[in-house]
Amino acid sequence: MKLLQDIIVLDFSQFLSGPSASLRLADMGAQVIKIEKKGTGDICRQLYVSDVMIEGESTIFHAINRNKQSYAADLKDEDDLKKIKQLIAKADVMIHNFRPGVMKRLGLTYDDVKKINPQIVYGEVSGYGDEGPWKGLPGQDLLLQAISGLSWLSHNKDKKPTPTGVAVVDILTGTHLAQGLLAALYRRGALGIGGLVQVSMLESILDFQFELLTCFYNDGGQLPQRSAISNGNAYLSAPYGIYKTADGYIALAMGDIPMLGKTLVCNELDSFQDKDEWFSKRDEIKNVLTEHLGPQTTAHWLSLLEPAGIWCSEVMDYDMLMQKDAYKLLHMEMEVRTGAGHTVRTTRCPVRIDGKMLDSTLGAPVLGEHNAEIEEQFSVTP
Amino acid sequence: MTDIVLPLKGLVVLEFCQYLSGPSAGLRLADLGARVIKIEHPEKGEAGRKLSIKNLWVGSDSLLFHTINRNKESFTADLKDAEELQTVKQLIAKADVLIHNFRPGVMEKIGLDYSTVKQINPSLIYAEISGYGKAGAWQGKPGQDLLLQSITGLAYASGDQGDAPVPCGVSIGDNLCGAQLVQGILAALIRRQKTGQGALVETSLMESLLDFQFELLTTYFASGQQPVRSKISNANPLLSAPYGVYATQDGYLAIAMMSLAQLATAIDCHILHSYSQSDAFAKRDEIKELIAQHVAGNRSSYWLEKLHAAGLWSMEIMDWQQLSTHEGYLCLEMEQTINVPGADITTTRCPIKIDGSRIYSGTPAPLLGEHNQKIQEEILSEHLFTQPKL
Repeated sequence: MKLLQDIIVLDFSQFLSGPSASLRLADMGAQVIKIEKKGTGDICRQLYVSDVMIEGESTIFHAINRNKQSYAADLKDEDDLKKIKQLIAKADVMIHNFRPGVMKRLGLTYDDVKKINPQIVYGEVSGYGDEGPWKGLPGQDLLLQAISGLSWLSHNKDKKPTPTGVAVVDILTGTHLAQGLLAALYRRGALGIGGLVQVSMLESILDFQFELLTCFYNDGGQLPQRSAISNGNAYLSAPYGIYKTADGYIALAMGDIPMLGKTLVCNELDSFQDKDEWFSKRDEIKNVLTEHLGPQTTAHWLSLLEPAGIWCSEVMDYDMLMQKDAYKLLHMEMEVRTGAGHTVRTTRCPVRIDGKMLDSTLGAPVLGEHNAEIEEQFSVTP
Repeated sequence: MTDIVLPLKGLVVLEFCQYLSGPSAGLRLADLGARVIKIEHPEKGEAGRKLSIKNLWVGSDSLLFHTINRNKESFTADLKDAEELQTVKQLIAKADVLIHNFRPGVMEKIGLDYSTVKQINPSLIYAEISGYGKAGAWQGKPGQDLLLQSITGLAYASGDQGDAPVPCGVSIGDNLCGAQLVQGILAALIRRQKTGQGALVETSLMESLLDFQFELLTTYFASGQQPVRSKISNANPLLSAPYGVYATQDGYLAIAMMSLAQLATAIDCHILHSYSQSDAFAKRDEIKELIAQHVAGNRSSYWLEKLHAAGLWSMEIMDWQQLSTHEGYLCLEMEQTINVPGADITTTRCPIKIDGSRIYSGTPAPLLGEHNQKIQEEILSEHLFTQPKL
């Protein structure tokens, strides 16, 4: 039996944060139904676009919405809303990431929905929480990276604030939502009560920085200082970072500097015996390393470092990674077939259950593809 | 907080973990109501106790350890000692969840691998984290965050074209991996409720970081082209102009996705009107350069007002000093105080709200072996973990 067999999720959310949560629930066996606006659908079908398209929609939409069904409805239309309420009555979970106030206007807040289905687990994603001066602003990944201090943690000291080039806020918010929904489903199984689960992108990206924020809170509010060279983490000593070699890049994690010097045959590092200096003089040490590592190949350095047990790695791009047996052995890729019949290669769920990968060949749905099927399953009446 | 029924109340989790990936999963389960017991070596304890950042300590343990391990108990046992291992097996027999993040082979050597442990407790949820999966040439490599960022291509997503690869300055692999593990554990607990069946839940730092890049990877599989960071203000290699961070006269502005025409009108940048929307990808760098020159001429607040008036997606870049005094942050009440004897620590709370309540817990991280006596007594009294489950 799949972990979430027979669990029905109605997902009213768009873009990435909410849909990434429902993707994970789908991976683990839930039936996920996207409730989409008639005519246009999830905004992500059109707006949040890469320049690579599948079926006129961005690759991104297909990555996020595989293994889901689509039910098209106009929530402002009375008849459609009536049908939606019939779905809600039989669902286990509903998710939305509308801005505060939208569900109230539609009459689909948790308090409203509880009356139709007291056991429902209701998940809500906002950008900045439901109070305060930012509550009405758009909850968009880059904007949350901007205000949360995150962009001051990556890249070197002389560089502009540098966002992480993947939608980290959306993804983390989605994981927190999924955690809350699953915990509430567990509680429902025990007590028979529903629940309200709320997450915000701001709280999620603060939680992500919890180790470093806790330093900030307890250290007199000192701001992070990125290192001038090869910054890998503003809070860590040399050698932590990525260095250029003759033919690529090498990453060095935490390590003992004199021992690193001995292994790399870099005598200049011998003078840094005092551990405290590995932090206070990290740019000086990193400069020595940069000069030393530059002339030789990555393979040369790895051949010295790996046998000595020093934490290091080649830095790879996708082309390099895909060639590695260790990557191939993970079987991280799978093919799904979209509602319109196209094949899309994408990644699978990163969790294995009972030794098995959770793969599914179902691709993203065409807008409204499952209206008839779902109305039959739920015995919807007009 | 008073009327909240924590969803995982009554569940017992044994945490055989060190550093961040596993312990961050334990922390989330604890905050959601589970009783989390760290099983630690009697002398050395969890390695994370001695790992500090910025050389900040609270008593004999690092502030970092306190951050990740609040709200947990500690029970010490030498797993290489037959008698102590037996005691640990008694705990496992009654626990609901076991988590570990040892390298592949370690639990097998100790005799606490899933196939052995499930004989003692068939309904146990056994959850494990590895660095690179449990097969292949890399399984013995150190599962360290920066190394995993480096091999999975992630470092090529941030920074500008021409820059060296730029890692994310937070332990993103550890964090995501812990989060994935929690999801697997909770879903397995839901199945157990219906069938009584236990489960093996596995994930790895590598799979978690590949999953994180699923949009980039799916695009790469479809096009065969590696993502290209823009030369200027890269913030996501998949996205077109203006997406990025721009310097203003007095700070920085993040500008997200929007139509070029709307942007041009909103910030009075007439030259942008000569570009069509399809140029946003094709001439990304050229357009971003024009925007950069234009916004450098005035203050962030000036631009922000214009962009927000037009309903466009933009925010100022803030640091923690600016953020932590802003009403938008203060209203979240994200901070909580942990009462460690002799020193109060301020840290963050669980980011998930349940039934409208925020979840706080002021219980500090345990001293090494702090709960040995209590748990020993529970074992002897045979009341082990018999507090009412939900």
